[in-house]
Amino acid sequence: MNQKLTRRRFIKGVIASGVAATTTSLWYSATGADRPAGAVERLLSINVNGQVRRVDVAPQETLAHTLRYKLGLTGTKLGCNRGECGACTVVADDVNIYACSTLTHEVKDKAVVTVEGLRAADGTLHPVQAAFVAELSPACGFCTAGQVMSAFALLKSNPRPTREEARQAMSGNLCRCGAYDHYLNGVMRASGQLS
Amino acid sequence: MSSHDVMPEMSLYQPVRVEDAIGIANQFADRGWLVGGGQDTYGWLKDRAKSADALIDLKGIESMRGIKETADGIEIGALVTLTELSNNPLIKERYSLLAQAAGKVASPQIRNVGTIAGNVSQDVRCWYYRRGLNCYRAGGNLCYADTPEGMNREHAIFNASRCVAVTPSDTGPALVALEAQMVIDSASGQRVVSAEDFFVGPNVDITHTTVLGSGDILTAVRIPAKWANAQFYFEKVADRNAWDFALVSLSAAMRVNNGVIEESRIVAGAVQATPRRLTSVEQAVRGKARDEATANSVATLASRDANPLNYNHFKMPLMDNLVKRALRGQA
Ligand SMILES: Cc1cc2nc3c(=O)[nH]c(=O)nc-3n(C[C@H](O)[C@H](O)[C@H](O)COP(=O)(O)OP(=O)(O)OC[C@H]3O[C@@H](n4cnc5c(N)ncnc54)[C@H](O)[C@@H]3O)c2cc1C
Ligand code: SF4
Ligand code: FES
Ligand code: FES
Repeated sequence: MNQKLTRRRFIKGVIASGVAATTTSLWYSATGADRPAGAVERLLSINVNGQVRRVDVAPQETLAHTLRYKLGLTGTKLGCNRGECGACTVVADDVNIYACSTLTHEVKDKAVVTVEGLRAADGTLHPVQAAFVAELSPACGFCTAGQVMSAFALLKSNPRPTREEARQAMSGNLCRCGAYDHYLNGVMRASGQLS
Repeated sequence: MSSHDVMPEMSLYQPVRVEDAIGIANQFADRGWLVGGGQDTYGWLKDRAKSADALIDLKGIESMRGIKETADGIEIGALVTLTELSNNPLIKERYSLLAQAAGKVASPQIRNVGTIAGNVSQDVRCWYYRRGLNCYRAGGNLCYADTPEGMNREHAIFNASRCVAVTPSDTGPALVALEAQMVIDSASGQRVVSAEDFFVGPNVDITHTTVLGSGDILTAVRIPAKWANAQFYFEKVADRNAWDFALVSLSAAMRVNNGVIEESRIVAGAVQATPRRLTSVEQAVRGKARDEATANSVATLASRDANPLNYNHFKMPLMDNLVKRALRGQA
């Protein structure tokens, strides 16, 4: 296999064809005769990373699924897909949530931020990202996007947390590598309390 | 366990009025599924252990939000999240027991979306049942946890009736201690049920954990002024400090006057299918000081009638010790 055909690019390729396939086949059921009126519209406009994206979303579809497989935002990881690891953490209206345990329809009126939305237009990393780099926080990196998003949400509501407050705030993000203290150092650095 | 990335096809409704939600719920009856934060819901559906034809997302219903003062205490909208509960100044000031209990649920991300209604209405965490096995609670005729080989370390030590699962809710015992009232709306009107009667054990209804039937919507939780600013004690013991269900939790509200406990409500979580009021302890400590001697005097009273299973005897001393800690003085 071509070294350059990475898993990421492969997934993105599938995404492009998947969207085309689903739009035609999935207009269904909500209009069925025996159903009460008022079921959700499948075609949604959702605000992700400051951009409004039009996307066809199944009623039961999770945000993690929409982000990764329809919008190509594969920075959001899926670990457990059941609210038990934190890899899928994104921020909706400044609050961190599990994208695997949220329906995309539930965030249609919210502003969603994923790890792709943090760096500045000129490519400068967000202070949380820069601090995680400086503190060598990630080990394997699988949990990192989720850790970044939880730290980002924490610093929005509490710009100078104590280490204990930060520990509590980050407690919904598992790290199989056990790099917790390194992430905590990163949070403290990002909040300007460590230099 | 087979877990799937995606949930099976279902329809989704997002009503903005309670009446509409009730209408939709009644139309789908047993095939409709109310959703607050969805944090208990999606696991069942992903695992194919339970299914629904329609999800009814209640989050658009404005009248079910917010925390407000009333003539006799406070009213908490059913959609109030556990994070809101644990941060709300009014609750922190007057009913810190509830703020503490809510703050100990699961993880920050789950508390950010999990609602108080969902927390008290969530189903039991027995892994046999969650796996989709056809046990008593699922309508079958056998309990997998209560067999010689059954893994029942987390299960009940009291009041089992065929099913030995325990209540997983951290806020439930706190609400029972605070004499909360649950406001339930349905097509036939509104009824108000005390938290104590809201939870039901397997002897009453083995396939439900609460009195809620299909078409019933919990719209608010009221907390009477009676227990405002009382002395409280909350402690939850779990295998992990974050993200884990209680092995035993204890919620206590005590009215102490001149150093003497005039009245108390002491409630344990995760020891039976419903929050368990420790009435024998409440009676024993009435009129006594809240101190070490009183704490020691009740010794093993709390666990006296326990019926432990193979692997959960440890819950007896654990519960007794939590009771002692609650009584020995203000932390
Ligand atoms: C990994 C993990 C760890 C957890 N740890 C804990 C813990 O430590 N302590 C704890 O207490 N819980 C825990 N939970 C359980 C639970 O998810 C949360 O407690 C949460 O509060 C559930 O609320 P929700 O609004 O998300 O529920 P939902 O999933 O939306 O609803 C749960 C149930 O309540 C019903 N319901 C919801 N709202 C209403 C309403 N207004 N009227 C009538 N019925 C309604 C739903 O139909 C459903 O049956 C955990 C869950 C997970 C996934
Ligand atoms: S404890 Fe209850 S839920 Fe668990 S297997 Fe037995 S009957 Fe089923
Ligand atoms: S993938 Fe969402 S919490 Fe694990
Ligand atoms: S860095 Fe490997 S899982 Fe956290």
